[in-house]
Amino acid sequence: MFWPVKNNGKKIAVMIISIILITAGIIAFRRLTPRNEMVLATTTSTYDSGLLDEIIPIFEEEHDVRLKIMATGTGQALELGRRGDADVLFVHAPELEKEFVNESHGTLRYDVMFNEFVIVGPQSDPAGVEGMDGAVSALERLHDEEATFCSRGDDSGTHVKEKELWGKTMFDYEDIEESDWYKELGQGMGDTLMITSEKNAYTLTDEATYLSLKEKLADLEILVRDETTLYNQYGVIPSYDARQPELAEEFAEWIISDEIQERIDNYTIEGEKVFTANAKNTN
Amino acid sequence: MITEILHITLLSIFVSVSATILASIMAVPLGTILGLKKFRGKEIIRTVTYTLYGFPPVVAGLIIYLMLSREGPLGSLNLLFTPTSMILAQMVLVFPIVTGLTMSSVSDIAKDVKETAMTLGADRWQTAKTVLNEARVGVISAIMVGFGRAIAEVGAVIMVGGNIRWHTRVLTTAIVLETRRGNFAYALILGGILLSVALFVFFILKRYQDKGVKM
Repeated sequence: MFWPVKNNGKKIAVMIISIILITAGIIAFRRLTPRNEMVLATTTSTYDSGLLDEIIPIFEEEHDVRLKIMATGTGQALELGRRGDADVLFVHAPELEKEFVNESHGTLRYDVMFNEFVIVGPQSDPAGVEGMDGAVSALERLHDEEATFCSRGDDSGTHVKEKELWGKTMFDYEDIEESDWYKELGQGMGDTLMITSEKNAYTLTDEATYLSLKEKLADLEILVRDETTLYNQYGVIPSYDARQPELAEEFAEWIISDEIQERIDNYTIEGEKVFTANAKNTN
Repeated sequence: MITEILHITLLSIFVSVSATILASIMAVPLGTILGLKKFRGKEIIRTVTYTLYGFPPVVAGLIIYLMLSREGPLGSLNLLFTPTSMILAQMVLVFPIVTGLTMSSVSDIAKDVKETAMTLGADRWQTAKTVLNEARVGVISAIMVGFGRAIAEVGAVIMVGGNIRWHTRVLTTAIVLETRRGNFAYALILGGILLSVALFVFFILKRYQDKGVKM
């Protein structure tokens, strides 16, 4: 015999085949039940906050559709939209989003909600930025003290915001990028916070991700708040080139509806409110 | 949560086993032919295959992504962010490994067995079968190594699968996600499951290998 196997082997072979068949069955079942599928590309900050787990099932139920949620950075999410691989985008970099709509990849852009960015750092605060009013002057202090600063470095909404803030300081961002104390990580917000905490460094983060990770971050504290410059607006854009333009449009209208806006307002992590809903058509 | 872990684990097994089987169906015969035949340029093919052992998973992911993306040549198949796309990406990684290792073990055995078989009047097809049977230990090892590469891989599947819950989340991508979320305990448990799955599959393949040797 070519591949000699006795009874035992047959049993095991039957086992493997059944495992494969069962899995195939599960996958087939999941794919067949609701026929419609739609890809939602969003940011790690939205995804990791748990807000979507709370509201998305309502949409799936109402529209008999299954949403495939991809959590990436804003830059990559927009790229997925550009290529038509994502149907609807839920991101937070208004400038990039407007560019996206102007290139006529998206139909409209809707404001959905906002929260705040905060500057976090070690409790001991070696650079002494705690309680400073302006985010820009706090960054200038960090620069002067050469305090270790971890940057996302991944073209995410947070990274875009951070570069914008450095641009407002009296320093040249290109020089900062080359500085020893400035670390570009190229990672998601969660990873960046972990590394910042390990390195006793400072970073810019959205408040939602910080709150959801707070317990795991050894003495990393919110040191600077700044309502005006650290404002973080989230928007939704149905992608024009994708497979489900109509459903995407419905999703956008759904998420800015009164009912969902109220749910976003009421969403809390460990008792703290995370997002403030502020939907209005802005294009 | 148990249901979700089960789903993630079964999907991991399904994707990697499928990728390994599909790649091996092509790679074992190709490796056997390359091992048996003598032709010009054989050494070059051998070197290229060995180089591809180190094919970077993210590059495999990128290529499959660009092909399956809506703007890509196969965009109309609607395969991006499905288990199928993950199987394709893993096949790209497994194929050279199984081909190369099969080629090595076949050519080691070929010298002796080929002549004996021919002397006993075997035709070319029978010779190939005999050689492959004798080289079985090496071939199964090749498949094992290929499977190990597939199941442990994260870069390619996260790119083409997207780590979508209930759809394309496998053990490795779930570990990445849970680490990012700071759920180290959960991530470690998933890591344990990943090792157990590999152990289980290797155990099964090992039995086939041992049975073969005794015959």
